[in-house]
Amino acid sequence: MSSANISPPSEIKHPKSFLEEVIAATPGESHLMNCIQCGTCGGSCPSGQDMDHTPRALFAMIAAGLKEHTLKSNTPWYCVSCYYCTVRCPQSVHITDIMYTLKRMAVKEKIYNDAKAPDFSKTFINWVENYGRAFELGLMSMHMLKHNPFGVFKMAGMGVGMVTKGRMAFTPTRIKGMDGLKAILNKAKELEAVA
Amino acid sequence: MKYNYYPGCSLEKNAASYHISAMAIAKPLGMEFVEVDDWNCCGATEYVSLNLIASYALIARNLALASKNEETKQLVAPCSACYLNLRKCDSYMSESPTLAEKVNTALAAGGLSYKGGTLKVRHLLDVVVNDIGYDAIAAKVTKPLKGLRVAPYYGCMIVRPKLGQNGSFDNVEYPKTLDKLLKVLGAEVIDFPLKSHCCGGHMTQISEGTGYELIRQLVKGATDYKADLMVTLCPMCQLNLDAFQGPMNAYFDTNYNMPVLYFTQMIGLAMGMDPTDLGIGAELVDARPALAKIEIEVPEPKLVIKKPPKEALPMPSLPEEK
Ligand code: SF4
Ligand code: SF4
Ligand code: SF4
Ligand code: SF4
Repeated sequence: MSSANISPPSEIKHPKSFLEEVIAATPGESHLMNCIQCGTCGGSCPSGQDMDHTPRALFAMIAAGLKEHTLKSNTPWYCVSCYYCTVRCPQSVHITDIMYTLKRMAVKEKIYNDAKAPDFSKTFINWVENYGRAFELGLMSMHMLKHNPFGVFKMAGMGVGMVTKGRMAFTPTRIKGMDGLKAILNKAKELEAVA
Repeated sequence: MKYNYYPGCSLEKNAASYHISAMAIAKPLGMEFVEVDDWNCCGATEYVSLNLIASYALIARNLALASKNEETKQLVAPCSACYLNLRKCDSYMSESPTLAEKVNTALAAGGLSYKGGTLKVRHLLDVVVNDIGYDAIAAKVTKPLKGLRVAPYYGCMIVRPKLGQNGSFDNVEYPKTLDKLLKVLGAEVIDFPLKSHCCGGHMTQISEGTGYELIRQLVKGATDYKADLMVTLCPMCQLNLDAFQGPMNAYFDTNYNMPVLYFTQMIGLAMGMDPTDLGIGAELVDARPALAKIEIEVPEPKLVIKKPPKEALPMPSLPEEK
Protein backbone atom coordinates (compact mmCIF):
# COMPACT_ATOMS: atom_id res chain seq x y z
CA MET A 1 0.00 0.00 0.00
CA SER A 2 1.08 3.55 -0.68
CA SER A 3 1.28 4.53 2.96
CA ALA A 4 3.82 1.88 3.90
CA ASN A 5 6.84 4.16 3.98
CA ILE A 6 5.31 6.85 6.18
CA SER A 7 4.05 4.39 8.77
CA PRO A 8 4.97 5.03 12.36
CA PRO A 9 7.25 2.56 14.08
CA SER A 10 5.07 -0.34 15.16
CA GLU A 11 7.00 -1.04 18.28
CA ILE A 12 6.61 2.13 20.31
CA LYS A 13 8.45 1.58 23.58
CA HIS A 14 7.27 4.53 25.66
CA PRO A 15 3.97 5.90 24.39
CA LYS A 16 3.76 9.66 24.80
CA SER A 17 0.12 10.11 23.87
CA PHE A 18 -3.12 8.15 23.88
CA LEU A 19 -2.73 7.65 20.13
CA GLU A 20 0.67 6.06 20.65
CA GLU A 21 -0.67 3.94 23.48
CA VAL A 22 -3.34 2.51 21.18
CA ILE A 23 -0.83 1.87 18.41
CA ALA A 24 1.60 0.18 20.80
CA ALA A 25 -1.13 -2.13 22.12
CA THR A 26 -2.22 -3.30 18.66
CA PRO A 27 -0.31 -6.20 17.10
CA GLY A 28 1.59 -5.54 13.89
CA GLU A 29 1.34 -2.34 11.85
CA SER A 30 -2.02 -0.73 12.66
CA HIS A 31 -1.57 2.34 10.38
CA LEU A 32 -3.80 4.30 12.76
CA MET A 33 -1.51 7.31 12.39
CA ASN A 34 -2.48 7.47 8.72
CA CYS A 35 -6.25 7.89 9.13
CA ILE A 36 -7.43 10.70 6.88
CA GLN A 37 -10.93 10.93 8.39
CA CYS A 38 -12.64 9.96 5.15
CA GLY A 39 -15.50 8.13 6.87
CA THR A 40 -15.45 5.03 4.67
CA CYS A 41 -15.35 2.86 7.80
CA GLY A 42 -18.49 4.31 9.35
CA GLY A 43 -20.32 4.05 6.03
CA SER A 44 -19.46 0.35 5.80
CA CYS A 45 -20.37 -0.59 9.33
CA PRO A 46 -23.40 -2.86 9.91
CA SER A 47 -23.63 -1.80 13.56
CA GLY A 48 -23.19 1.90 12.79
CA GLN A 49 -26.68 2.92 13.84
CA ASP A 50 -26.28 1.60 17.34
CA MET A 51 -22.81 2.94 17.96
CA ASP A 52 -22.18 6.03 20.10
CA HIS A 53 -19.50 7.10 17.62
CA THR A 54 -18.60 5.97 14.13
CA PRO A 55 -15.13 4.40 13.87
CA ARG A 56 -14.01 7.59 12.10
CA ALA A 57 -15.22 9.80 14.95
CA LEU A 58 -13.58 7.48 17.46
CA PHE A 59 -10.24 7.80 15.67
CA ALA A 60 -10.54 11.59 15.75
CA MET A 61 -11.14 11.35 19.49
CA ILE A 62 -8.09 9.14 19.90
CA ALA A 63 -5.96 11.60 17.96
CA ALA A 64 -7.28 14.40 20.18
CA GLY A 65 -6.23 12.43 23.25
CA LEU A 66 -9.76 12.02 24.64
CA LYS A 67 -8.93 8.78 26.41
CA GLU A 68 -11.81 8.49 28.84
CA HIS A 69 -14.40 9.51 26.24
CA THR A 70 -13.04 6.96 23.82
CA LEU A 71 -12.94 4.09 26.28
CA LYS A 72 -16.46 4.85 27.49
CA SER A 73 -17.87 4.70 23.97
CA ASN A 74 -19.96 1.61 23.19
CA THR A 75 -18.51 1.53 19.68
CA PRO A 76 -15.87 -1.20 20.14
CA TRP A 77 -18.41 -3.41 21.95
CA TYR A 78 -20.83 -3.11 19.06
CA CYS A 79 -18.20 -4.07 16.53
CA VAL A 80 -19.14 -7.47 15.11
CA SER A 81 -15.71 -8.07 13.53
CA CYS A 82 -17.02 -8.12 9.96
CA TYR A 83 -13.81 -6.51 8.63
CA TYR A 84 -15.67 -4.51 5.98
CA CYS A 85 -14.08 -1.28 7.20
CA THR A 86 -10.65 -2.89 7.25
CA VAL A 87 -10.74 -4.05 3.63
CA ARG A 88 -12.24 -0.74 2.44
CA CYS A 89 -10.09 1.75 4.35
CA PRO A 90 -7.97 3.66 1.80
CA GLN A 91 -5.19 3.97 4.38
CA SER A 92 -5.08 0.29 5.39
CA VAL A 93 -5.90 1.10 8.99
CA HIS A 94 -6.39 -2.16 10.93
CA ILE A 95 -9.72 -0.91 12.27
CA THR A 96 -11.10 -4.18 13.64
CA ASP A 97 -7.87 -4.90 15.52
CA ILE A 98 -8.00 -1.40 17.00
CA MET A 99 -11.53 -2.09 18.24
CA TYR A 100 -10.15 -5.13 20.10
CA THR A 101 -7.38 -2.96 21.55
CA LEU A 102 -9.91 -0.43 22.82
CA LYS A 103 -11.98 -3.17 24.45
CA ARG A 104 -8.91 -4.48 26.25
CA MET A 105 -7.98 -0.98 27.42
CA ALA A 106 -11.52 -0.27 28.65
CA VAL A 107 -11.58 -3.51 30.63
CA LYS A 108 -8.14 -2.85 32.07
CA GLU A 109 -9.06 0.65 33.17
CA LYS A 110 -12.54 -0.52 34.17
CA ILE A 111 -14.22 2.26 32.26
CA TYR A 112 -17.09 0.97 30.19
CA ASN A 113 -20.70 2.02 30.52
CA ASP A 114 -22.47 -1.29 30.04
CA ALA A 115 -21.06 -4.47 31.55
CA LYS A 116 -23.00 -6.84 29.30
CA ALA A 117 -20.43 -7.21 26.55
CA PRO A 118 -17.32 -7.46 28.74
CA ASP A 119 -19.22 -9.96 30.88
CA PHE A 120 -19.96 -12.14 27.89
CA SER A 121 -16.27 -12.18 26.99
CA LYS A 122 -15.32 -13.00 30.59
CA THR A 123 -17.79 -15.85 30.89
CA PHE A 124 -16.57 -17.31 27.61
CA ILE A 125 -12.94 -17.06 28.61
CA ASN A 126 -13.59 -18.61 31.97
CA TRP A 127 -14.78 -21.79 30.33
CA VAL A 128 -11.83 -21.84 28.00
CA GLU A 129 -9.38 -21.30 30.83
CA ASN A 130 -10.87 -24.15 32.84
CA TYR A 131 -11.73 -26.67 30.16
CA GLY A 132 -9.73 -25.66 27.11
CA ARG A 133 -12.90 -25.77 25.06
CA ALA A 134 -16.05 -23.72 24.88
CA PHE A 135 -19.67 -24.54 24.29
CA GLU A 136 -21.32 -21.53 22.84
CA LEU A 137 -24.91 -22.51 23.49
CA GLY A 138 -24.58 -23.35 27.15
CA LEU A 139 -22.64 -20.17 27.50
CA MET A 140 -25.37 -18.19 25.83
CA SER A 141 -28.00 -19.53 28.21
CA MET A 142 -25.76 -18.69 31.15
CA HIS A 143 -25.16 -15.23 29.90
CA MET A 144 -28.83 -14.68 29.23
CA LEU A 145 -29.92 -15.89 32.68
CA LYS A 146 -27.63 -13.35 34.19
CA HIS A 147 -28.44 -10.36 32.03
CA ASN A 148 -31.91 -10.92 30.70
CA PRO A 149 -33.74 -13.47 32.85
CA PHE A 150 -37.05 -12.63 31.18
CA GLY A 151 -35.54 -13.06 27.77
CA VAL A 152 -34.97 -16.69 28.65
CA PHE A 153 -38.68 -17.38 28.36
CA LYS A 154 -38.75 -15.94 24.86
CA MET A 155 -35.81 -18.15 24.00
CA ALA A 156 -37.22 -21.27 25.61
CA GLY A 157 -38.59 -22.61 22.33
CA MET A 158 -35.21 -22.41 20.72
CA GLY A 159 -33.53 -24.04 23.73
CA VAL A 160 -35.94 -26.97 23.66
CA GLY A 161 -35.41 -27.28 19.92
CA MET A 162 -31.67 -27.42 20.29
CA VAL A 163 -31.92 -30.02 23.06
CA THR A 164 -34.33 -32.28 21.18
CA LYS A 165 -32.21 -32.04 18.03
CA GLY A 166 -29.21 -33.10 20.08
CA ARG A 167 -27.38 -29.84 19.44
CA MET A 168 -27.13 -28.59 23.02
CA ALA A 169 -24.05 -29.42 25.05
CA PHE A 170 -24.25 -28.96 28.77
CA THR A 171 -20.59 -28.94 29.59
CA PRO A 172 -17.57 -28.33 27.41
CA THR A 173 -15.14 -31.17 26.87
CA ARG A 174 -11.99 -30.91 28.94
CA ILE A 175 -8.74 -31.24 27.03
CA LYS A 176 -6.00 -33.62 28.20
CA GLY A 177 -3.29 -31.00 28.28
CA MET A 178 -5.10 -28.64 30.63
CA ASP A 179 -2.06 -28.19 32.89
CA GLY A 180 0.10 -27.23 29.95
CA LEU A 181 -2.52 -24.83 28.63
CA LYS A 182 -2.86 -23.18 32.04
CA ALA A 183 0.90 -22.76 32.27
CA ILE A 184 0.94 -21.17 28.81
CA LEU A 185 -1.87 -18.76 29.61
CA ASN A 186 -0.42 -17.78 32.98
CA LYS A 187 2.94 -17.05 31.41
CA ALA A 188 1.21 -15.05 28.67
CA LYS A 189 -0.63 -12.95 31.22
CA GLU A 190 2.62 -12.25 33.06
CA LEU A 191 4.10 -10.98 29.80
CA GLU A 192 0.97 -8.98 29.17
CA ALA A 193 1.31 -7.19 32.48
CA VAL A 194 4.82 -5.95 31.73
CA ALA A 195 4.04 -5.01 28.12
CA MET B 1 -4.35 -35.27 0.05
CA LYS B 2 -3.59 -35.19 3.78
CA TYR B 3 -4.60 -32.32 6.08
CA ASN B 4 -4.41 -31.45 9.75
CA TYR B 5 -7.99 -30.83 10.78
CA TYR B 6 -9.08 -28.35 13.45
CA PRO B 7 -12.80 -28.89 14.10
CA GLY B 8 -13.38 -26.14 16.68
CA CYS B 9 -15.81 -26.34 19.58
CA SER B 10 -18.99 -25.75 17.60
CA LEU B 11 -18.46 -28.86 15.51
CA GLU B 12 -18.37 -31.05 18.60
CA LYS B 13 -22.03 -30.56 19.33
CA ASN B 14 -24.15 -27.72 18.00
CA ALA B 15 -22.76 -28.07 14.48
CA ALA B 16 -22.11 -31.81 14.59
CA SER B 17 -23.91 -32.14 11.25
CA TYR B 18 -21.23 -29.98 9.62
CA HIS B 19 -18.53 -32.29 10.98
CA ILE B 20 -20.42 -35.44 9.96
CA SER B 21 -21.02 -34.20 6.42
CA ALA B 22 -17.43 -33.01 6.02
CA MET B 23 -16.21 -36.47 7.04
CA ALA B 24 -18.71 -38.16 4.74
CA ILE B 25 -17.52 -36.35 1.62
CA ALA B 26 -13.82 -36.43 2.54
CA LYS B 27 -13.08 -39.97 1.47
CA PRO B 28 -14.84 -40.04 -1.91
CA LEU B 29 -13.22 -36.69 -2.75
CA GLY B 30 -9.78 -37.89 -1.70
CA MET B 31 -9.20 -35.77 1.40
CA GLU B 32 -7.66 -37.30 4.49
CA PHE B 33 -8.20 -35.38 7.72
CA VAL B 34 -6.03 -35.90 10.78
CA GLU B 35 -7.58 -34.20 13.79
CA VAL B 36 -5.12 -32.00 15.69
CA ASP B 37 -4.44 -33.97 18.86
CA ASP B 38 -5.88 -32.35 21.99
CA TRP B 39 -6.69 -29.06 20.25
CA ASN B 40 -8.15 -26.25 22.32
CA CYS B 41 -10.74 -23.55 21.62
CA CYS B 42 -9.45 -20.65 19.55
CA GLY B 43 -11.14 -18.09 21.80
CA ALA B 44 -13.54 -16.87 19.08
CA THR B 45 -13.73 -13.07 19.12
CA GLU B 46 -13.87 -12.99 22.90
CA TYR B 47 -10.42 -13.77 24.23
CA VAL B 48 -8.67 -11.09 22.22
CA SER B 49 -11.14 -8.58 23.65
CA LEU B 50 -9.58 -9.07 27.06
CA ASN B 51 -6.01 -10.31 26.70
CA LEU B 52 -3.74 -9.88 23.73
CA ILE B 53 -0.77 -12.15 24.36
CA ALA B 54 -2.86 -14.84 26.05
CA SER B 55 -5.33 -14.88 23.16
CA TYR B 56 -2.55 -15.38 20.62
CA ALA B 57 -0.88 -17.99 22.84
CA LEU B 58 -4.19 -19.84 23.08
CA ILE B 59 -4.47 -19.98 19.30
CA ALA B 60 -0.77 -20.70 18.83
CA ARG B 61 -0.97 -23.82 21.01
CA ASN B 62 -3.07 -25.34 18.22
CA LEU B 63 -0.61 -24.25 15.55
CA ALA B 64 2.25 -25.72 17.60
CA LEU B 65 0.43 -29.05 18.00
CA ALA B 66 -0.51 -29.24 14.32
CA SER B 67 2.99 -28.37 13.15
CA LYS B 68 4.32 -31.51 14.88
CA ASN B 69 2.74 -33.57 12.13
CA GLU B 70 5.57 -34.20 9.67
CA GLU B 71 3.28 -35.59 7.00
CA THR B 72 1.47 -32.39 6.16
CA LYS B 73 1.84 -28.69 6.84
CA GLN B 74 -1.70 -27.91 5.76
CA LEU B 75 -4.18 -27.01 8.48
CA VAL B 76 -7.84 -26.90 7.58
CA ALA B 77 -10.66 -25.37 9.63
CA PRO B 78 -14.36 -25.63 8.76
CA CYS B 79 -15.38 -22.74 11.07
CA SER B 80 -14.79 -19.26 9.65
CA ALA B 81 -13.98 -17.75 13.03
CA CYS B 82 -11.44 -20.47 13.82
CA TYR B 83 -10.00 -20.16 10.34
CA LEU B 84 -9.46 -16.44 10.74
CA ASN B 85 -8.01 -16.76 14.23
CA LEU B 86 -5.53 -19.45 13.19
CA ARG B 87 -4.62 -17.60 10.02
CA LYS B 88 -4.23 -14.28 11.77
CA CYS B 89 -2.07 -15.73 14.52
CA ASP B 90 0.19 -17.42 11.97
CA SER B 91 0.44 -14.26 9.90
CA TYR B 92 1.05 -11.84 12.80
CA MET B 93 3.64 -14.16 14.30
CA SER B 94 5.49 -13.99 10.96
CA GLU B 95 5.20 -10.22 10.74
CA SER B 96 5.85 -9.12 14.28
CA PRO B 97 8.99 -10.52 15.95
CA THR B 98 7.98 -8.97 19.29
CA LEU B 99 4.63 -10.75 19.27
CA ALA B 100 6.21 -14.00 18.12
CA GLU B 101 8.78 -13.82 20.89
CA LYS B 102 6.21 -13.25 23.61
CA VAL B 103 3.89 -15.94 22.32
CA ASN B 104 6.77 -18.39 22.15
CA THR B 105 7.90 -17.54 25.69
CA ALA B 106 4.36 -18.39 26.80
CA LEU B 107 4.23 -21.58 24.70
CA ALA B 108 7.54 -22.70 26.17
CA ALA B 109 5.86 -22.87 29.59
CA GLY B 110 3.84 -25.72 28.10
CA GLY B 111 6.77 -27.25 26.25
CA LEU B 112 5.71 -26.01 22.81
CA SER B 113 6.85 -23.58 20.14
CA TYR B 114 5.69 -22.30 16.79
CA LYS B 115 7.33 -20.40 13.97
CA GLY B 116 5.04 -18.17 11.90
CA GLY B 117 4.65 -19.48 8.34
CA THR B 118 5.26 -23.15 9.16
CA LEU B 119 1.67 -24.12 8.44
CA LYS B 120 -0.64 -23.15 5.66
CA VAL B 121 -4.02 -22.34 7.22
CA ARG B 122 -6.98 -23.04 4.95
CA HIS B 123 -10.74 -22.90 5.15
CA LEU B 124 -12.52 -26.13 4.23
CA LEU B 125 -14.25 -24.43 1.29
CA ASP B 126 -10.88 -23.30 -0.10
CA VAL B 127 -9.56 -26.87 0.07
CA VAL B 128 -12.64 -28.32 -1.59
CA VAL B 129 -12.78 -25.91 -4.53
CA ASN B 130 -9.06 -25.35 -5.06
CA ASP B 131 -7.38 -28.64 -4.12
CA ILE B 132 -10.10 -31.07 -5.14
CA GLY B 133 -11.45 -28.73 -7.81
CA TYR B 134 -14.75 -28.18 -9.57
CA ASP B 135 -14.10 -30.75 -12.28
CA ALA B 136 -13.33 -33.58 -9.89
CA ILE B 137 -16.46 -32.74 -7.94
CA ALA B 138 -18.57 -32.51 -11.09
CA ALA B 139 -17.40 -36.01 -11.99
CA LYS B 140 -18.81 -37.32 -8.71
CA VAL B 141 -22.25 -35.73 -9.07
CA THR B 142 -24.80 -38.49 -9.55
CA LYS B 143 -27.89 -36.67 -8.33
CA PRO B 144 -27.72 -33.05 -9.53
CA LEU B 145 -29.62 -30.59 -7.32
CA LYS B 146 -31.67 -29.53 -10.29
CA GLY B 147 -34.66 -27.35 -9.48
CA LEU B 148 -33.35 -26.21 -6.10
CA ARG B 149 -32.91 -22.44 -5.75
CA VAL B 150 -30.15 -21.66 -3.29
CA ALA B 151 -28.72 -18.51 -1.72
CA PRO B 152 -24.97 -18.89 -1.18
CA TYR B 153 -23.98 -17.24 2.10
CA TYR B 154 -20.30 -16.68 2.91
CA GLY B 155 -20.49 -14.34 5.88
CA CYS B 156 -17.50 -12.24 6.69
CA MET B 157 -14.54 -13.98 8.23
CA ILE B 158 -13.99 -16.49 5.47
CA VAL B 159 -12.97 -13.78 3.00
CA ARG B 160 -11.94 -10.83 5.15
CA PRO B 161 -9.49 -9.37 5.96
CA LYS B 162 -6.62 -9.78 3.54
CA LEU B 163 -3.61 -11.11 5.38
CA GLY B 164 0.01 -11.70 4.48
CA GLN B 165 1.06 -12.41 0.95
CA ASN B 166 -1.85 -14.54 -0.07
CA GLY B 167 -4.48 -12.02 0.96
CA SER B 168 -7.69 -13.97 0.75
CA PHE B 169 -8.56 -17.05 -1.32
CA ASP B 170 -11.69 -15.36 -2.69
CA ASN B 171 -12.79 -11.79 -3.40
CA VAL B 172 -13.20 -9.86 -0.14
CA GLU B 173 -16.40 -8.11 -1.23
CA TYR B 174 -17.89 -10.37 -3.88
CA PRO B 175 -16.75 -13.94 -3.35
CA LYS B 176 -17.69 -16.49 -6.01
CA THR B 177 -16.26 -19.90 -5.05
CA LEU B 178 -19.38 -21.17 -3.26
CA ASP B 179 -21.61 -19.88 -6.10
CA LYS B 180 -19.55 -21.81 -8.61
CA LEU B 181 -19.47 -24.94 -6.48
CA LEU B 182 -23.26 -24.96 -6.05
CA LYS B 183 -23.70 -24.51 -9.81
CA VAL B 184 -21.45 -27.50 -10.39
CA LEU B 185 -23.75 -29.46 -8.08
CA GLY B 186 -26.63 -28.56 -10.40
CA ALA B 187 -28.46 -26.07 -8.17
CA GLU B 188 -29.95 -22.81 -9.38
CA VAL B 189 -27.81 -20.20 -7.64
CA ILE B 190 -29.15 -16.72 -7.00
CA ASP B 191 -26.83 -13.74 -7.21
CA PHE B 192 -27.24 -13.01 -3.52
CA PRO B 193 -26.29 -9.39 -2.85
CA LEU B 194 -25.88 -9.95 0.89
CA LYS B 195 -23.64 -12.96 0.48
CA SER B 196 -20.67 -11.57 2.36
CA HIS B 197 -22.58 -9.41 4.83
CA CYS B 198 -22.27 -10.13 8.51
CA CYS B 199 -24.74 -12.19 10.55
CA GLY B 200 -23.70 -10.48 13.76
CA GLY B 201 -21.63 -13.21 15.41
CA HIS B 202 -22.25 -13.08 19.16
CA MET B 203 -24.24 -9.85 18.91
CA THR B 204 -27.54 -11.49 19.87
CA GLN B 205 -25.96 -11.85 23.33
CA ILE B 206 -24.90 -8.26 23.65
CA SER B 207 -27.63 -6.28 21.96
CA GLU B 208 -30.48 -8.45 20.71
CA GLY B 209 -32.02 -5.73 18.53
CA THR B 210 -28.76 -5.19 16.63
CA GLY B 211 -28.14 -8.93 16.30
CA TYR B 212 -31.63 -9.82 15.16
CA GLU B 213 -31.70 -7.00 12.60
CA LEU B 214 -28.60 -8.39 10.89
CA ILE B 215 -30.17 -11.86 10.83
CA ARG B 216 -33.48 -10.46 9.56
CA GLN B 217 -31.86 -8.68 6.62
CA LEU B 218 -30.14 -11.87 5.49
CA VAL B 219 -33.17 -14.11 5.83
CA LYS B 220 -35.42 -11.50 4.19
CA GLY B 221 -32.93 -11.10 1.35
CA ALA B 222 -32.92 -14.83 0.61
CA THR B 223 -36.72 -14.96 0.90
CA ASP B 224 -37.20 -12.00 -1.47
CA TYR B 225 -35.01 -13.76 -4.01
CA LYS B 226 -37.27 -16.81 -3.66
CA ALA B 227 -34.49 -19.09 -2.50
CA ASP B 228 -35.56 -22.51 -1.26
CA LEU B 229 -32.70 -22.55 1.20
CA MET B 230 -29.52 -20.80 2.25
CA VAL B 231 -26.15 -22.53 2.12
CA THR B 232 -23.48 -21.71 4.75
CA LEU B 233 -19.91 -22.68 5.53
CA CYS B 234 -19.63 -21.55 9.15
CA PRO B 235 -21.21 -23.06 12.28
CA MET B 236 -21.83 -19.66 13.84
CA CYS B 237 -23.57 -18.39 10.71
CA GLN B 238 -25.73 -21.52 10.68
CA LEU B 239 -26.58 -21.08 14.36
CA ASN B 240 -27.54 -17.45 13.88
CA LEU B 241 -29.59 -17.95 10.73
CA ASP B 242 -31.23 -21.22 11.74
CA ALA B 243 -31.56 -21.43 15.52
CA PHE B 244 -32.04 -17.70 16.02
CA GLN B 245 -34.53 -17.40 13.16
CA GLY B 246 -37.39 -18.23 15.56
CA PRO B 247 -36.45 -15.68 18.23
CA MET B 248 -35.81 -13.16 15.43
CA ASN B 249 -39.31 -13.79 14.06
CA ALA B 250 -40.73 -13.32 17.56
CA TYR B 251 -38.80 -10.09 17.99
CA PHE B 252 -40.01 -8.52 14.75
CA ASP B 253 -43.37 -10.26 14.54
CA THR B 254 -42.46 -11.84 11.21
CA ASN B 255 -42.75 -15.41 10.00
CA TYR B 256 -39.76 -16.15 7.82
CA ASN B 257 -39.13 -19.79 7.22
CA MET B 258 -35.78 -20.18 5.50
CA PRO B 259 -33.86 -23.44 5.96
CA VAL B 260 -30.09 -23.27 6.28
CA LEU B 261 -27.77 -26.14 5.31
CA TYR B 262 -24.00 -26.56 5.05
CA PHE B 263 -22.20 -26.70 1.70
CA THR B 264 -20.78 -30.08 2.68
CA GLN B 265 -24.33 -31.41 2.99
CA MET B 266 -25.14 -30.09 -0.49
CA ILE B 267 -22.09 -31.85 -1.93
CA GLY B 268 -23.11 -35.08 -0.22
CA LEU B 269 -26.67 -34.86 -1.53
CA ALA B 270 -25.46 -34.26 -5.07
CA MET B 271 -23.20 -37.30 -4.71
CA GLY B 272 -26.30 -39.32 -3.90
CA MET B 273 -25.59 -39.82 -0.21
CA ASP B 274 -28.32 -40.50 2.32
CA PRO B 275 -29.45 -37.23 4.01
CA THR B 276 -29.26 -38.80 7.48
CA ASP B 277 -25.62 -39.75 6.87
CA LEU B 278 -25.02 -36.06 6.26
CA GLY B 279 -26.60 -34.95 9.54
CA ILE B 280 -29.61 -33.45 7.78
CA GLY B 281 -32.57 -33.20 10.13
CA ALA B 282 -30.85 -31.29 12.95
CA GLU B 283 -31.99 -27.91 11.61
CA LEU B 284 -34.51 -25.97 13.65
CA VAL B 285 -36.06 -24.56 10.48
CA ASP B 286 -37.24 -27.70 8.70
CA ALA B 287 -35.33 -28.28 5.45
CA ARG B 288 -37.51 -31.20 4.35
CA PRO B 289 -40.09 -29.28 2.31
CA ALA B 290 -37.29 -27.62 0.31
CA LEU B 291 -35.52 -30.93 -0.30
CA ALA B 292 -38.80 -32.65 -1.19
CA LYS B 293 -38.91 -30.30 -4.19
CA ILE B 294 -36.05 -32.25 -5.71
CA GLU B 295 -37.34 -35.58 -4.49
CA ILE B 296 -35.01 -35.97 -1.58
CA GLU B 297 -36.85 -37.63 1.27
CA VAL B 298 -35.61 -36.98 4.75
CA PRO B 299 -37.10 -39.23 7.41
CA GLU B 300 -38.80 -37.61 10.40
CA PRO B 301 -35.88 -36.74 12.67
CA LYS B 302 -35.48 -38.87 15.77
CA LEU B 303 -35.82 -36.74 18.85
CA VAL B 304 -33.07 -37.19 21.37
CA ILE B 305 -34.34 -36.42 24.81
CA LYS B 306 -31.33 -36.60 27.00
CA LYS B 307 -31.45 -35.18 30.49
CA PRO B 308 -28.55 -32.90 31.30
CA PRO B 309 -26.16 -34.18 33.95
CA LYS B 310 -27.08 -32.76 37.33
CA GLU B 311 -23.99 -30.80 38.06
CA ALA B 312 -23.83 -29.32 34.58
CA LEU B 313 -26.99 -27.23 34.29
CA PRO B 314 -26.15 -23.84 32.87
CA MET B 315 -26.36 -21.48 35.80
CA PRO B 316 -25.73 -17.75 35.84
CA SER B 317 -22.38 -17.99 37.54
CA LEU B 318 -18.84 -18.44 36.45
CA PRO B 319 -16.97 -21.67 37.01
CA GLU B 320 -15.22 -21.49 40.36
CA GLU B 321 -11.68 -20.31 40.39
CA LYS B 322 -9.23 -22.72 41.93
S1 SF4 C 1 -11.76 4.43 6.44
FE1 SF4 C 1 -9.69 4.48 7.22
S2 SF4 C 1 -8.92 6.50 6.68
FE2 SF4 C 1 -11.13 6.58 6.42
S3 SF4 C 1 -11.86 7.38 8.40
FE3 SF4 C 1 -11.91 5.16 8.55
S4 SF4 C 1 -9.94 4.63 9.43
FE4 SF4 C 1 -9.76 6.69 8.72
S1 SF4 D 1 -15.34 -4.56 11.69
FE1 SF4 D 1 -16.45 -3.57 13.32
S2 SF4 D 1 -16.14 -1.40 13.02
FE2 SF4 D 1 -15.55 -2.41 11.13
S3 SF4 D 1 -17.34 -2.30 9.85
FE3 SF4 D 1 -17.40 -4.28 10.91
S4 SF4 D 1 -18.58 -3.89 12.76
FE4 SF4 D 1 -18.01 -1.89 11.94
S1 SF4 E 1 -14.66 -20.01 16.88
FE1 SF4 E 1 -16.04 -20.78 18.34
S2 SF4 E 1 -16.13 -22.78 17.96
FE2 SF4 E 1 -14.46 -22.13 16.71
S3 SF4 E 1 -12.94 -22.89 18.24
FE3 SF4 E 1 -13.35 -20.87 18.40
S4 SF4 E 1 -14.76 -20.73 20.10
FE4 SF4 E 1 -14.56 -22.69 19.57
S1 SF4 F 1 -21.02 -14.14 9.19
FE1 SF4 F 1 -21.35 -14.16 11.30
S2 SF4 F 1 -20.68 -16.09 12.11
FE2 SF4 F 1 -20.03 -16.00 10.04
S3 SF4 F 1 -18.01 -15.17 10.25
FE3 SF4 F 1 -19.27 -13.34 10.09
S4 SF4 F 1 -19.85 -12.83 12.15
FE4 SF4 F 1 -18.94 -14.86 12.19
